[in-house]
Amino acid sequence: MRSLFYLFSALVVIVLAFWAYRENYETQAAQDHAEDLQDEIALARQRLRALNAEWAYLNRPDRLLELTELNYDKLGLQPLQHYQFGRVNQVAFPPEKAADVPLVIENSVEVSTMETRP
Amino acid sequence: MIRTPLRPLARILRARTEGENPDVIERENIQMRHEEMRDRARRRAEGRLLVLGVMFFFAFGLIGSRMAVLAKSEPAEPRASAAGVAILAQRADIVDRKGRILATNFDTYSLYAQPQQMVDPERAVAELIKIFPDLNAKRLLEDFTGKRKFLWIKKKISPEQNQAVYDIGEPGLLFGPREMRLYPNGKLAAHVLGGAGFGREGVQSAEVVGVAGIEKYFDARLRDPAQGHKPLTLSLDLSVQAATERVLYGGMKLMNAKGAAAVLMDVKTGEILSIASLPDFDPNERPHSAAKGDPADNPLFNRAVQGVYELGSTFKIFAVAQAMELELITAETMIDTRGPLKQDGFKIKDFRNYGPQLSASDVIVKSSNVGTARIAKMIGAQRQQGFLKSLGFFDPTPLEIVEAKGGRPLLPDRWTELSTMTVSYGHGLATSPLHLAVGYAAIANGGYRVTPTLLQGGTPQPGPRVMSEAVAATARTMLRKVVTKGTARLGEVQGYAVAGKTGTADKPKPTGGYYEDKVIATFASFFPAYDPKYVLIVSLDEPVETSGSEPRRTAGWTAVPVAAEIIRRVAPLLGLRPEIEPAQLADITLTAN
Repeated sequence: MRSLFYLFSALVVIVLAFWAYRENYETQAAQDHAEDLQDEIALARQRLRALNAEWAYLNRPDRLLELTELNYDKLGLQPLQHYQFGRVNQVAFPPEKAADVPLVIENSVEVSTMETRP
Repeated sequence: MIRTPLRPLARILRARTEGENPDVIERENIQMRHEEMRDRARRRAEGRLLVLGVMFFFAFGLIGSRMAVLAKSEPAEPRASAAGVAILAQRADIVDRKGRILATNFDTYSLYAQPQQMVDPERAVAELIKIFPDLNAKRLLEDFTGKRKFLWIKKKISPEQNQAVYDIGEPGLLFGPREMRLYPNGKLAAHVLGGAGFGREGVQSAEVVGVAGIEKYFDARLRDPAQGHKPLTLSLDLSVQAATERVLYGGMKLMNAKGAAAVLMDVKTGEILSIASLPDFDPNERPHSAAKGDPADNPLFNRAVQGVYELGSTFKIFAVAQAMELELITAETMIDTRGPLKQDGFKIKDFRNYGPQLSASDVIVKSSNVGTARIAKMIGAQRQQGFLKSLGFFDPTPLEIVEAKGGRPLLPDRWTELSTMTVSYGHGLATSPLHLAVGYAAIANGGYRVTPTLLQGGTPQPGPRVMSEAVAATARTMLRKVVTKGTARLGEVQGYAVAGKTGTADKPKPTGGYYEDKVIATFASFFPAYDPKYVLIVSLDEPVETSGSEPRRTAGWTAVPVAAEIIRRVAPLLGLRPEIEPAQLADITLTAN
């Protein structure tokens, strides 16, 4: 009985030792992987930062203004004006079938909200 | 185990026959048994001591060897915990209220040389000059062939330049990684952003420090690694700022002014939507501050915040508002406007003669110096100072840029009765356009003092009340009339009901006295007049409008059209719907029958 107990203990020790050994190496592998991922994240962030900076640079107001001036024939873009504001109920209902006629704002000057103010 | 009997029969019988005492045999046996037991116990104790000794020996041996290993090994950072910090440890971005980037970081390289590693210094110099034409070839060659072991060539180079230098193939030319501050919008909001430079520098890295503007004011916040990933959100709006600067620049050129400033502020929260000062500079290449000449001509000088000027008639509304608050007058009280008004040997005159008397409202609409001075006399120096102080005209503005502290208003040395009268129409007290914006915001928002801020706050933070709601409303009606039928008729913008007051102040000579033909023209305005949302101050330095037969310098001809154009451009960008002004009901007085 006693020798059986000794044998069992020895077996448990061996199994635990093997488990600890494997865990150790698995942990190290996970750490290496995490480090690689961190490096990747750092690189990705650096790239993102550079791209954000470039996006902001390409969208700087001076450049956009130049581009609108260059492409005025095609796009006809102009600064936003007060008469471009409208109300939803000023938008005409679409004609029954002619789908290619764009929506038009009728009566665009009539925008008083007098009744809403004392 | 064989047990020895204590009284063995054979020996007892023999002893009895021989007449000996058999008890002796028993005692002898008992003694022998005890000795045996003692020996056994000692052996066991000795064995245990040995085991314990071996265990202690190994335990101490293990600890000792571990200590030796630790003492011998190279120090290394713990692995898992240190990651992540390095990624975020950089200066935080600055963004506008909608999250568009105003300042960010860019990874680049610095270029340095180690001449003793050079193979062909002459060729290196020749190639470098091709890439960087601004370098001094002669000095560079001296450095490369001299005794120096290390020298910086360029602090920041672009990726293209980096590649070009790399292609030279000179082993003595080396690169150090650098993080540089980039302002992608160039000159936009240059005075707010200020600029950044390098602090302590090493080969592998350099710290980026703010040198001016909000970069310097919030330097600690921007450099804090714990907040590196959180951008600093300003109240500025990129597109509004761009439109303001563009229109202001056009207006400055058109009016032949040498400088201009504009402030656009939310009247309830004090958030600044745009603040511009011209001429400006590029914060990516911040010029060195020129030591000589007038500081006001330096592009680094922020006219909107640092520039203190006598802002002229724009101040009149404060005198009238205070008199109404003290119930000395009402909007209809007739004020004596016969001039010139003599005080302490000084004559106060009007631009032209407005007749013997005007109502208080018309004093503002026609901008009568004499009328305002008489109202100020009623108020008195003490109360006037208290009121102007409550509006913040005595202290520098608390704006979050380092230059704001430099905008300390210039007050009269002695606040005499004459000072009271001249200050009431904006002479003798010099303040920045931003001060004026705070003052007009109080009128526009119904009587509360606001604190100007460059940070996006969100919730309105009403300061102390400086005038009653009714007085503020009456003052707004007066200022609206200035635009509809007074000195600022060019300021009318369809759909946005602009209200405001012009101010044309002669520029003081550095030697004393005033210039005849140099003025500061200011238009202080808010819109829409019936429910003000924004206050706009436009100030032009030495404008001349030359389209007429004679040069015109008054604000009504110079600053007002520029401000109107800014409102026309900016109000739609702010999302303000144009509205037909509600009918003016204030003139009808309900009376009991």
